[in-house]
Amino acid sequence: MKKLTVSASPHVRSSYTVPDIMLDVIIALVPALIASIVLFGFRSLLITVVCVASCIVFEYISRKIMKRDTTIGDLSAIVTGMLLAFNLPVTIPLWMCVVGCFFAIVVIKQFFGGIGQNFVNPAIGGRIVMLVSFSSAMTNWTEPLKWKDGLDAVSTATPLASLEIGGNITSLPSLLDMFLGVRGGCIGETCAAALLIGFVYLLIRRVIKPTIPLCFVGTVAVIMLIAGKGNFEFMLYEILAGGLLLGAIFMATDYATTPITTKGKVIFAIGCGIITAVIRLFANLPEGVSYSIIIMNILVPHIESITKPRPFGAEKEKKSKKEEAAS
Amino acid sequence: MSKIADGILKAVKQVKGGVLVDHHKDTKDMATVRITPPERVILPMQQHIGAPCSPIVKVGDHVDVGQKIADSDQYVSAPIHASVSGKVTAVSEVKVANGRLLPAITIENDGEMTLSEDIKPPKVENKADLIKAIRNSGLVGLGGAGFPSHVKFNIPDDKNIDTLIINAAECEPFITVDYRECIENTRNIVDGVYLLKDILGFKNIIIAVEDNKPDAIKILKDIADMDNHKDNAVKVMTLKSKYPQGAEKMMVQSATGRIVPAGKLPADVGCVVANVGSVAFIARHVRTGRPIISRTLTVSGSAIANPMNVRVPVGIEASKVIDFCGGFKKDPVKIIAGGPMMGTALIDTDVPILKSNNALLAFADETRTNKKERACIRCGRCVAACPMNLIPTDIEALALSKDADALGKAGIMVCMECGSCAYSCPAGKPLVQYMRLGKDVIRQAGANK
Repeated sequence: MKKLTVSASPHVRSSYTVPDIMLDVIIALVPALIASIVLFGFRSLLITVVCVASCIVFEYISRKIMKRDTTIGDLSAIVTGMLLAFNLPVTIPLWMCVVGCFFAIVVIKQFFGGIGQNFVNPAIGGRIVMLVSFSSAMTNWTEPLKWKDGLDAVSTATPLASLEIGGNITSLPSLLDMFLGVRGGCIGETCAAALLIGFVYLLIRRVIKPTIPLCFVGTVAVIMLIAGKGNFEFMLYEILAGGLLLGAIFMATDYATTPITTKGKVIFAIGCGIITAVIRLFANLPEGVSYSIIIMNILVPHIESITKPRPFGAEKEKKSKKEEAAS
Repeated sequence: MSKIADGILKAVKQVKGGVLVDHHKDTKDMATVRITPPERVILPMQQHIGAPCSPIVKVGDHVDVGQKIADSDQYVSAPIHASVSGKVTAVSEVKVANGRLLPAITIENDGEMTLSEDIKPPKVENKADLIKAIRNSGLVGLGGAGFPSHVKFNIPDDKNIDTLIINAAECEPFITVDYRECIENTRNIVDGVYLLKDILGFKNIIIAVEDNKPDAIKILKDIADMDNHKDNAVKVMTLKSKYPQGAEKMMVQSATGRIVPAGKLPADVGCVVANVGSVAFIARHVRTGRPIISRTLTVSGSAIANPMNVRVPVGIEASKVIDFCGGFKKDPVKIIAGGPMMGTALIDTDVPILKSNNALLAFADETRTNKKERACIRCGRCVAACPMNLIPTDIEALALSKDADALGKAGIMVCMECGSCAYSCPAGKPLVQYMRLGKDVIRQAGANK
């Protein structure tokens, strides 16, 4: 008889692995990728390929330089590359994409220990750096579906910029166009239909729970309904405009940078919703989703510390006054 | 199904967490087969939780089947009996399934299987008689943990116990011992249930089964409805088939909604949980006086030629049991004593089967057991799976940094090592090992104080 394997229990494991999870996220992003090509042309695909390739290369090189084992096999760099690409306008110069990817992978992810250790979402971090560094290139929007005519890109404003409380919404694309993504915006964020297909896929595959997307979008909806004095149409535009759905479904659900318990997830998502709404309503910024997620990312350790579950059968922790005084 | 469901209780409360593992109850329809008694048996002096026994026979002595050969004067302990008749050939240290060396008595079988004269039905009229009988029988919990049963049933008078929960959940994959017990030993289960009810005065008796065993549910339902007990105290409860449904604390919560406080026992919330096989054994012991000298094992897994349920004498070597089941059809990579979730991997097959072993599983491949370990991505699957509401991934970090205080606050001592966290971890982390490491850190910190 050959030597037997002796290891600690359990002796069976689920077959689901980290690369499986990442592959599911990539699959869930494919509808939005197809939509971006249809809406903004093959340059969308080119941007995505450049971002994915540079993320993989940066991940590989930085791990090598830091003398750590290679982790490109977990496919997380591909997810980061796709998400960052989806948050860019179609006219973005490719070298800027590479700069954004460098920041996302090397500075935000690998400097802090690699997968699972980053304190903010790498794609959002990369995007915000680009937004601050190249603000005009990052807000240069073109009209959708015009690329087939072979004309030079026609500049347009995003619906979000045109949205004002009590303003005229007749100048905006129809709600159906908003749902299908026929509007100006980042390549991967406009097509709500494609993003929702990805959302359903992630739910079916149990990659994510609906908690964060629903609480996030729900909070924005409620605030906008109140701010718009009950104008339902205004609320729908707010939900479909900007990067809310992309952010809520794919970025605010990033495992590493969100709370681990359901209670924590609810707090996190409501916080994201409030910050997004406040930025959109009051701040002089084009969009609030990225900032809201990154701010809440930073608050995650604090959310975690107040939402720790009580171990089974443990007594409710009663902090004595002495302890409180000592701390 | 609908007919079976009549009058069957549903769980009072769904327990949190747990994992859906493949059941693999391949041997469920195989009637228990008696093994030919082996040439020798090896009986380690500790087959239970508590104080080890000391031999009361010496090399050269002749012993009969059922004769007491080792005992302890400690309360939490259970005597050990000869499972074959013959000559004691050695009192020495042997290796047991978990790799420890334990003193053990080896008996060379004379093939006669002469029954000891000590075996006669005990007189059981009150609680004291029953507890004494259970102690003398050497019974330990047959569900796997091996806690001496007389201690469990000897409820202190100041504790108000109203509910006996009979555990027939059998949530570990592969194992079908309790299921066969329900099908084959119905009579003993009936007697055991009503004996315990009448003598120990339980107000409620709940027989809990997972809902993937409709045949067992039907049989147990018939027991619960028996005519001569019209006070309706015995009920069958079906539980969702979900690992680790059969764990004691989970069981208490499902059946009564009560939560056993951390560091306490079910008795502290008025419950006693007993394995269905143990209950049946008590009835048989009271009728015949035979101590625990044999037990049923499920022998299964991809490397076993003929998977089956076998009745074996306690102390038989694992290799003999495997030979009886046709040996290996493929080279085994891993052999487990117990279930795949909580069992112990064997170093070798020359170890003796103990009273508390309920399965012997041999696997030819371990594709699912050796997942590549990666960094934690904080996906939270371990947190969702933990029935004890712990955060295994945090505990891993605390265990590695040897922070005893923080580990204690994180509640690590309530961990029962069910393996749900490690099972569900997509990063392939050996989380149960980190749990054990963490408990050790606490024990050492306690010892250093």
